[in-house]
Amino acid sequence: MAKRVQAGSWSKRGVLPGFGLTLGFVLLYMGLLVLLPLSALIAKAAGLGLSEFWRIATDPRALAAYRLSFSTSMAAAVVNVFFGVLVAWVLVRYSFPGRKLMDALIDLPFALPTAVAGIALTAIYASTGWIGEPLSKLGIQAAFSPLGIFLALTFIGLPFIVRTVQPVLEGLDPSVEEAAAVLGASRMTTFSRVILPALYPSILTGFGLAFARGIGEYGSVVFISGNMPLKTEIAPLLIITKLEQYDYQGATVIASVMLCVSFATLLTINLIQRRMGKRR
Amino acid sequence: MSGAVSRVAVSSHRHERAALEDGALARRLLIGGATAFLGVVLLLPLVVVFSSALKQGLGVYFDAITDAETLSSMRLTLLAAAVSVPLNLVFGVAAAWVISKYEFPGKGLLTTLIDLPFSVSPVVAGLIFVLLFGAKGWFAPLLQALDLKIIFSVPGILIVTTFITFPLVAREVLAVMQAQGCDEEEAALTLGASGWTIFLRITLPKIKWGVLYAVILCNARAMGEFGAVSVVSGHIRGETNTLPLHVEILYGEYHFAAAFAVASLLCLLAVATLIIKQWVEWQAARHRAGGHEGIAP
Repeated sequence: MAKRVQAGSWSKRGVLPGFGLTLGFVLLYMGLLVLLPLSALIAKAAGLGLSEFWRIATDPRALAAYRLSFSTSMAAAVVNVFFGVLVAWVLVRYSFPGRKLMDALIDLPFALPTAVAGIALTAIYASTGWIGEPLSKLGIQAAFSPLGIFLALTFIGLPFIVRTVQPVLEGLDPSVEEAAAVLGASRMTTFSRVILPALYPSILTGFGLAFARGIGEYGSVVFISGNMPLKTEIAPLLIITKLEQYDYQGATVIASVMLCVSFATLLTINLIQRRMGKRR
Repeated sequence: MSGAVSRVAVSSHRHERAALEDGALARRLLIGGATAFLGVVLLLPLVVVFSSALKQGLGVYFDAITDAETLSSMRLTLLAAAVSVPLNLVFGVAAAWVISKYEFPGKGLLTTLIDLPFSVSPVVAGLIFVLLFGAKGWFAPLLQALDLKIIFSVPGILIVTTFITFPLVAREVLAVMQAQGCDEEEAALTLGASGWTIFLRITLPKIKWGVLYAVILCNARAMGEFGAVSVVSGHIRGETNTLPLHVEILYGEYHFAAAFAVASLLCLLAVATLIIKQWVEWQAARHRAGGHEGIAP
């Protein structure tokens, strides 16, 4: 009898054994490694009081750092939307020699340690580098300027767009395109009116992921940025600077602001994805 | 290569969609544009690392990668991966099991929380552990009483690496388990198999390629982490330097050839990761094609 009652409560949850053990372990591990440490940050920030928090968070140097981090991340994500969709399109729709290699290479920014990307990009775009030298002759300073930060964030963000758009493009029903063609739409019209709208949610998701990653990125940016306060100092670097001066409060405030922005970005992505899932 | 077979498949596929063909010129321009962009953005950094590493000859290169400090930072990097990958592997498989096999309140929240470390900047990740274990942190009195050191010491590096790589395995394995459902596990249960038997004999063989892929990704991230480790390491030479931190130090001291030589090792790690990933995907696709679908109703 007791067994049957138990089986009844199982069937709501799922019949397989091991629920208590696995859920308990998952919650314990996540609580100790992620939730407890994050709550330390929140507690520290909350302990400051609103006016003090506001004063540190809106300090001119901090404002300059957010502005730089947000604008370069935004610009890099926009450029990556354009090229990411282009690359995804080429990978999905065409077959050509080297396609597999191209596909594998897309994940390089995920696999390559950020510090390595940082020194490599600096070597390329410094005024003595392969691309930096011709650019400097044109009067454009690439490394040690906001342009350098943008270039590093473009490298870091590319796979996010390609890898979110690619599967959606693969799954598109060709009959819709056929219908558009039969009805007399040109290829460009079909692309902009039929294909592109179907890609919007995945493009937005990829954009959000690349943006969120960009504002937190440190390793690939710190070598190429020049790190001049008020000019080329990104928000993560400002946290490190404050930590090195043992200014834990200042570091905590800047970190909380950044954390809020990236949470908000990812929450928006989740909402978009949920809405997408419902429509299907 | 199975080029002939895939080409036949592609051409018949194309034939069906003749109306959807892009012009040859447009296609060439698009492929050319994508190739040029990726060549500059992705390939050039790889090339520049190896060319800069070998600029002063093979002698300097080998001296740099066999230097005592390089070797000690390599040991620490391997240790960080050896600790964080197994921990997150066990957690990731358990989390994927819980989320894909059961219904319970708060499941959506749990899934979101697992992704949380992805939205935390590596620098912020380092900071939160300084706030916990640092000289003025929550646990500072306790650590002092026990004479333990976490920040500016090896344990701190191991902890932040584990934090940074926390969601990777769970995410990949969850996607695989959700796609597979649990019909076979339930069938095994009705035949009297225990939980462990079901997991080891039914689930694990089904998810092994996904798990392998996740472990490779997790390993690459663990060995390459820079920002978070940089905050907690203290950069003590020969003690708390990982390979990426060692690259930074060599670079900062203008030992460019040596910095790029050590960086080239990390590049090889990245390239190996990409190759193994490609191989795993190929294996998984082959297994899917190999008749596993026959089991599904």
